[in-house]
Amino acid sequence: MSYFSDIYKGIKTLLTGMSVTGKYFLNSRKGAITQQYPDNRATLKMFDRFRGEVIMPHDENNEHACTGCQKCEIACPNGTIEIIWDRGIDEDTGKKKKKIDQFVYHLSMCTMCALCIDVCPTDAIIWGQNFENSVYDRTKLTRVLNEPGSKVRAGIED
Amino acid sequence: MNKSLSILTNIHDWLFSIMPEGVASIVEMVLIGVAYLGFFAIAGLFLVLLERRVAAWFQLRIGPNRVGYLGLLQTMADALKLVSKELTGTIKADKFLYNLAPYFVIVSSLMALAVFPFTKEIQAFDINIGVFFLIAISSIGVIGILIGGWASNNKFALIGAMRSGVQTISYELSIGLSLLTMILITGSLQLSEIVEVQKSGWLIVQGHVPAIIAFMIYMIAGTAETNRAPFDMVEAESELGAGFHTEYSGMKFAYFFLAEFINMFIIAAIATTIFFGAWLSPFGITESIPWLGVFWFMGKALILVFLMMWFRWTFPRLRVDQLLTLEWKYLLPINLVNILIMALIVWLNLTIKF
Repeated sequence: MSYFSDIYKGIKTLLTGMSVTGKYFLNSRKGAITQQYPDNRATLKMFDRFRGEVIMPHDENNEHACTGCQKCEIACPNGTIEIIWDRGIDEDTGKKKKKIDQFVYHLSMCTMCALCIDVCPTDAIIWGQNFENSVYDRTKLTRVLNEPGSKVRAGIED
Repeated sequence: MNKSLSILTNIHDWLFSIMPEGVASIVEMVLIGVAYLGFFAIAGLFLVLLERRVAAWFQLRIGPNRVGYLGLLQTMADALKLVSKELTGTIKADKFLYNLAPYFVIVSSLMALAVFPFTKEIQAFDINIGVFFLIAISSIGVIGILIGGWASNNKFALIGAMRSGVQTISYELSIGLSLLTMILITGSLQLSEIVEVQKSGWLIVQGHVPAIIAFMIYMIAGTAETNRAPFDMVEAESELGAGFHTEYSGMKFAYFFLAEFINMFIIAAIATTIFFGAWLSPFGITESIPWLGVFWFMGKALILVFLMMWFRWTFPRLRVDQLLTLEWKYLLPINLVNILIMALIVWLNLTIKF
């Protein structure tokens, strides 16, 4: 008698499947996952884990968190990050102290592996959400992440 | 007689008044042929667009909405693109058969279109063996597919064509038997008379349980007949490239493509005529306005087309052995028993009539 139960089960599962897709069909107006990209540029929000490019956030005093420890430069598998550093005098202690002059980031070589961001002890660099990275001149892909005149935030090394 | 329908008879009378009888009937035939060809092209393009939009909605996408208002001109643009493309071919192909195949497919589906009663007056060819004609014509299309697959001298195309042969020969049986079940009620193969019978209730209501079973079998077999998913082993993209039309390009490919969608409409139209009362309105609500019959016919056919699209975007593809098991072990025995039950019901006068 498995013949008839097979037919019953077959029809039942087919109807279950059709009800699932039918629900999708009815809800497609609200729940469309398609992004109409160039039109919704203003409202488009990328997801949190999206890896667009490496950026270095600066606060309102034009201060960043990079101490120039060069861990990211060592961690990078393909030489994307180049830190040009300098020695300056620490005002508090009067001792010589390492500071970054230019944090150079070659976006054209970056594979978005996130090793630099994982390794950064002070969270100075994070993922940016920008993905429109095409330019007409590839030298524009070499970026200096720290803004001119910025300095390291006090107390970040403690 | 309503005004819009009397226009057709007026044209008929006018043609016969200005020309000798033989010339007038030839001119009339050509005009009707051109009208059906136009309907064929427009309906094909519209169905392709509908399929793409419906598929998008089933998958929570938006679908083509850029070309023209709401993307209505999208398939028109696609057709223009296909017209302008080069017609490539393989060197070792059988040139004559290779070029003939698309026309075989498209002519057979165009011929099937001729017998449908779109409304009381609009029926090009009211042949007295209508259903038989439809079944016969719809199985000619597969010869085009077989020729196309064979002549392109391509392994994928050949396998696709052979699968199509297996599939259509098997499921032709179920289509025929399920339609035969309904013919037991009407007692006539002529489509206009089948519609007449349905004035006292659509056949799916008149025949109740066996009619519904017959309808389900018909829809399954019809989906298989048009080579659509879940029975699209003929062009199974993941296995065979594009199946029998792998080697076709440009407009020849478009002919296959259009014919597939028109065949879907034909299957839906047969079901509309046999099961759902063709141009009859539900409960006779618009009986006084005969030209609304076209609207009812198209509406019912489109609902059934939507059902087939629903199948396509829900069910996974069958294997060949599963396909044959479904036909020979399930559909065919059920169908034969169903015919017996229907014969009993007709004999004992248990049909529901209003």
